[in-house]
Amino acid sequence: MTGAVLGIVFLFSMVIYLALSAGSGSIIFWSIGEIAFGILFATISAVIACRIFPALGLKPRVALLNPKRWLLLLAYSFGPFLFHLTKANLDVAYRVITGKIRPGIVRISPGLRTSIGITMLANSITLTPGTLTVDIDENKDLYVHWINVDEEKDRMREICHSFPEWIRRVAE
Amino acid sequence: MSWLIYLLFGVGMAFQALGAIALHRFPDVYTRLHGATKCTTFGSMFIYLGVMVYGMTMVLSGDASFMALPFHVAIIMLFILITNPTGAHAIARAAHRMGIKPKQAVIDELGEADR
Repeated sequence: MTGAVLGIVFLFSMVIYLALSAGSGSIIFWSIGEIAFGILFATISAVIACRIFPALGLKPRVALLNPKRWLLLLAYSFGPFLFHLTKANLDVAYRVITGKIRPGIVRISPGLRTSIGITMLANSITLTPGTLTVDIDENKDLYVHWINVDEEKDRMREICHSFPEWIRRVAE
Repeated sequence: MSWLIYLLFGVGMAFQALGAIALHRFPDVYTRLHGATKCTTFGSMFIYLGVMVYGMTMVLSGDASFMALPFHVAIIMLFILITNPTGAHAIARAAHRMGIKPKQAVIDELGEADR
């Protein structure tokens, strides 16, 4: 398992480094120095990840490599996520100008089980209408700071929209 | 094409400015984080889009050294989208652990859960 973490993190860091330094030289696209530094930094990242990931209880999951999930992730990012991101910003812009706020911290149970799924949801709702993830408890319930608390409407719908269904298909 | 670049930069800077005004107007750390994360992420995205358009116009006008710029900016945009909410969450959580209460709050279920 340690070997798998080492390999995955090394490959991922190396790909990102090469993408960032493309066009620096003549070995295909890269110079020899950039490739050497890429290997050095990717090795350092992989060794650090090997020490941290098992301690957090994270295991590599082969199911996440399925290309269907990656396509779904793309569809999610450019579809519902981008739409709500835009709406969020106009909404917060409106509240900045008018100062109409009704803040509070509420608890929601999205019912996602995996760490990657709950991380995606927490980050998604931090970036969307007036909500900010503050904390998480042992049942994977999220505590969300909500800038305009509305007790009348369905809480889950107002905060998460269709995100949990999408994330369940991408990451669970 | 330069009008498009100016337009994207303008929209981006308008949102960044709103983020700064939010820091000034909102009452406590949590509400300020709303302005500081959402407005700056969105503003930066528009500025990155402007830079991407600039890179592409330079490539189209025959300067191949700008080829890598749009790709670099796309990668930076991806990482901003991942790191910005994570950082905001870390600040909010740290604030709550320090015992800072949300001001003007109508409901605080995390405060109730701690008791």
